[in-house]
Amino acid sequence: MAQKSVSLFVTCLVDQFYPEVGEATVRLLRHLNVEVDFPADQTCCGQVALNGGYRSHATAVAKRFIEVFRNSETIVAPSGSCVATIHTHYADLLRGYPELAAEVASLQARTYELSQYLVDVLGVEDVGAHLPSPTRVTYHDCCHALRDLGVGAQPRKLLSAVDGAELAEMKDSASCCGFGGTFAVKFADISSAILREKLRNVEVTGASVLTAVDSSCLMHMGGALRRQGSRTRAVHLAELLCEGIEGERA
Amino acid sequence: MTDVLSEHFKEQAAEALGNATIQESLDRLVNFRQGRVDAIAEYGQERWDALSQSAREIKRETLEHLDYYLDELSRNVERAGGHVFFARDAAEANEYVAKVAADNGVKTVIKSKSMVSEEMGIADVLEAMGIEPVETDLGEYIIQLAREAPYHIIAPALHKSKEEVSELFERILGTPAESDITALAGVARKVLREKFLEADMGMTGANFGVAETGTIVMVTNEGNGRMCSSLPRVHVATMGMERVIPRLRDVATYLPLLTRSATGQRISSYVSFVTGPRRSGEEDGPQEFHLVILDNGRSRMLADPELREALYCIRCGACLNACPVYGKVGGHAYGWVYPGPIGAVVTPSLVGVPKAKDLPFASTLCGACRDVCPLKIDIPRMLLKLRSDAVEGPPETRVPRSVESLMMRAWRKTVAGPRLFTLAGKVTSAAQWPLSRQGVLRWLPPPLSGWTRTRDFPRAAMRPFRARWRKDGGSRGG
Ligand code: SF4
Repeated sequence: MAQKSVSLFVTCLVDQFYPEVGEATVRLLRHLNVEVDFPADQTCCGQVALNGGYRSHATAVAKRFIEVFRNSETIVAPSGSCVATIHTHYADLLRGYPELAAEVASLQARTYELSQYLVDVLGVEDVGAHLPSPTRVTYHDCCHALRDLGVGAQPRKLLSAVDGAELAEMKDSASCCGFGGTFAVKFADISSAILREKLRNVEVTGASVLTAVDSSCLMHMGGALRRQGSRTRAVHLAELLCEGIEGERA
Repeated sequence: MTDVLSEHFKEQAAEALGNATIQESLDRLVNFRQGRVDAIAEYGQERWDALSQSAREIKRETLEHLDYYLDELSRNVERAGGHVFFARDAAEANEYVAKVAADNGVKTVIKSKSMVSEEMGIADVLEAMGIEPVETDLGEYIIQLAREAPYHIIAPALHKSKEEVSELFERILGTPAESDITALAGVARKVLREKFLEADMGMTGANFGVAETGTIVMVTNEGNGRMCSSLPRVHVATMGMERVIPRLRDVATYLPLLTRSATGQRISSYVSFVTGPRRSGEEDGPQEFHLVILDNGRSRMLADPELREALYCIRCGACLNACPVYGKVGGHAYGWVYPGPIGAVVTPSLVGVPKAKDLPFASTLCGACRDVCPLKIDIPRMLLKLRSDAVEGPPETRVPRSVESLMMRAWRKTVAGPRLFTLAGKVTSAAQWPLSRQGVLRWLPPPLSGWTRTRDFPRAAMRPFRARWRKDGGSRGG
C-alpha cells in the first residue's frame, strides 16, 4: 500500500489550549503509517468570526486557509465543527471570489474530520488500542460533526474496537450540549441549563470517560464536570485512542 | 401590531429558567418529539423525504411567482362571492377588519387560533371599539383570559398547569375549582357555547389559501374554526401572503407534513375548506366572506435570497420542540408571536433586527431545527445571516456592540498570520497565571465571567502545539 500523507489542521483551540490532542492525532496517524505534516502558517478556520456575525472577517480567514492548505493533498483536523465550517460555509463566504470556486470545492472534498478520515478513507476501524483497565466510555454526538458531516457511526466503530473500552450510549446523545461558541458566554445561564441536562444523561451511563470529536464541546462539558468534582473525565477521541496505543510505543 | 418584547429576551429567558412550573411544562415537549418520530417511522422515511422534497418544490415555485398566485387566489375568492383585501402592514389590516365589523354593527367576534391575527393585534383594536373578541380554542381562550401571548405555535397554553387554569377560571369566570382537565374543558365549552350563538362575526386564520379554487383551508383539532367560519353572519379570514398554494391537490402534500410534524397525528381532527360565503340555496355559512392577506414585512423577506426560505414555513412547531434553547426558555422569552428557532428568524426579519437583537444570537446553531423541519428550512444559516446584519449590516439593521467588535478586530489581526497568533498565545498564557489553579481557571473577568460561573476554563498551554512541533522538528508525536 502506498504511503498516505496528510496535512494536519490542528485548529486554533487545540493549538492554544489542548496541544495534547494535536499530539495524539499525530501519533495515531503515524501509528497507522500515515505521514503527517503541519503547515506552519495555519491559524483558524474562521468559525469564531462567522458565528459572531463577523462575516467579512470570516471571509478573510477562509481565504487564508485556502492559501495555507493549497498544496496539501489531504487535510485532517481533530474537530468536527471546524471541518463543518469548511464544508458548509466556505462556498458562501468566498462567493465574492469566483476564481476560488473550484479550489473551494476541491478543498472541501479533501478535508476530513479525524474519525471520518480513519474509517471512511483509510478503512481502519480498529486502531489496535488496548486500555490498561476496563473503561466505560460514553460518546457525545457533537452537533456539527453529526448533522453537517454525518459523523456518528465512525467514532463508535473506532471505540467499539478498543480493547478494554465498553461503549455505554447515553440518552439523547445527539442533543446539543449547549456550547454554541459565544452562546456559552453571552447566554451563560441558558447554556448551563442545557448542559445540566446533558451531564445528567452522561452520569446515568456510569461512564468514567466522556468522549467526542470536538475539543470545544469537551471544553464546555469537561469544564463543568471538573467544577462539580465529577469522576468522569472528558477526553477527546484522539487522546483516548492514543492512550490505548501508547503501550505498544514503549 | 402586537407589542414586540423581543428586546427583553435575556430578562424573559432568566424568568423562565427560574420558574419551576414552566420548566415542568417544557419537559412535556418530549411527547411532541416522540410523536413526530413515531409518525415518520410509520409513514416511512423515504416516502417522508420525497413528500418533503415536493413540498419544497411547490413552495419554491409559488414564491417565485407569488404575484401570479396571489392574483389567482384573489380572483377566485371574488368569483365565489368573497372580498379580498391586501394589507401592507398590521395597521392597514386592522383598519379593514374594524371597518367590516363597524359596517355590520358587530358586537361579539368569535375567533379561532390564528397567528396572523396575533401579529396584527386585532383583539385590542376590536376591544377599543367596544366589540368583544372571544378566542374559542381552549388554549387560546386560556391565554386570552390570562392576557398573555401564545406560548407555542400549536399549543398556545403549553406553559400553564391545570391548577393555574383552574385558578384562572375561578378568578375570571367565577366557576368552581376543578382539578380535572376534561372538566376544565367542559367549563370553557359552556361559556363559549353562548358566545358562539351570540356572535355576529367570526375570525379565523388560514393554513393554506388555494389559488386554483379560491378556497381557504383550516386545520384544527377542536372544530371551533369550523364554527367560527360558518355560524356568524360575517366571516373574516386572515393569512400571511406566503400561505398561498397553487392547487387543491397540493393540500395533500402539506397536510401530512403538517400534522405529523406537529403532534404526530396522521391527520388533525378537523380540516375545513371554505370557498366564499353561503350561496343561495345553502343552509349554512356566512353571508359575507372576507380574506385579508397580510404582507407586514414578508415582501422584504421574499426579496432577500438568504431569508426567503423562511417563508416556506407551515407553522408546524417541530423546530420549537427540537430546539435546546426553546426547551429551556419557552415561548414568552422570544417576546412576540413567533417563538423558537423559526421565530428567531421571522421576528427580526419582520420587526427589524435592532428590535430583536438577541434572537439571532440566542442559538447554539446545533441544527436540530433544520433536521426536523418538514420543509428542511436551513434556520441556522439564516441566523448567521441575521447575525451578520446585526454586526456588519447597513445602519438600519446594525446593532451597536463596541467592545466586542474591538475584540473581534484584534482576533482578525491575530489569525491573519502565525506570528501574531503565536505571540497572542504567549501573552495569554502568561497573563492567566495569577488566575489559574491546578491547570484550570475558576474565575474570569467579564465578559467571560458567565462561563466560569458553572464551568472551569482551560488554561492556555504554556507550549502550544506549534511550538512543540517546531522544537521537535516535526517528530513530536512519533
Ligand atoms: S420552520 Fe419548519 S419546523 Fe419550524 S414551524 Fe416552520 S415548518 Fe415547522
